[in-house]
Amino acid sequence: MTLPEDRWLDHDAGPVVRPYALIGGRTRPIGETLDVIAMIIAVRGISLDPVGLEPEHLAALRLSSLPISVADLAADLDLPLGVVQILLGDLRERSLITVHYPIPPARLPDPQILKEVVDGLRRL
Amino acid sequence: MDYAGSDRAGVPVSIKILIAGGFGVGKTTLVGSVTEIRPLRTEEPLTEQGTHVDMLDGVERKTTTTVALDFGRITIRENLVVYLFGTPGQERFWFMWDELSRGALGAVVLADTRRLADCFPSVDYFEKHHLPFVVAVNCFDGARRYNPKAVRSAVDLDPDVPVVLCDARLPSSGRDVLIALVEHAIATIKRNTELSAGALAP
Repeated sequence: MTLPEDRWLDHDAGPVVRPYALIGGRTRPIGETLDVIAMIIAVRGISLDPVGLEPEHLAALRLSSLPISVADLAADLDLPLGVVQILLGDLRERSLITVHYPIPPARLPDPQILKEVVDGLRRL
Repeated sequence: MDYAGSDRAGVPVSIKILIAGGFGVGKTTLVGSVTEIRPLRTEEPLTEQGTHVDMLDGVERKTTTTVALDFGRITIRENLVVYLFGTPGQERFWFMWDELSRGALGAVVLADTRRLADCFPSVDYFEKHHLPFVVAVNCFDGARRYNPKAVRSAVDLDPDVPVVLCDARLPSSGRDVLIALVEHAIATIKRNTELSAGALAP
């Protein structure tokens, strides 16, 4: 699928129409809004009923065959974050994706993880 | 919630760091110095004046336009990824900050001593939301002519908030700023844990 270049989406373009037509004019996802760094994984091995799904839903599913963050998905799909959050809400509602919510830093199971981040940054 | 457990196997742990500061202070430069920038489009509400003319049937109260923010990804190791988000500089984008700052490890507030006041709103925001942050003074010409002490005093920072000098164009400098932030966040989390443990003690 080729996504349009969306050149009309510059700063002077005014209200976004097409992405919201894509999601039926909705402005809120079904269920909780997904964090930008929530990790999305498509559920494998299920028969897909495409009724009610847009090509963008299917593109999001294809891109999440391996774990991918919501932000990366939005960039890959070249769609606004809010639109992608709604698309993913639909997919979650249909149990087509698994969502791994980010763990708040203070509740990381292993505090060593943050030290690993420091060490990793030092190696940059 | 899918917190740590066997079902997380193979799923990266993702950590979020915000890069804030006034317009044109070097946020994009900083993100770009340590990682490849990807544009993330998002929406912003139209101004009040625009609301009545932009109302469309079926779009309900959707009165937004699109802005792009920068994000970058640093893979620390397999299944450990740090995401950097350059927050939109102007105050009218603060609705985005609430979403971005939720669950964030912390923030870098970039400051330019020629326009120090531009960083005040970011500092206020992160203080109010109890998010660990460091102030990074971007020395545009590379000259270390700014005194962190003077900046600390001018911004009226809490004593534990680190102030570092940087040149956002240099990867090594951007990296050091991030390290300062993560170390500060580790210390803050440790202190808060000890405080809450103390509060629970008989």
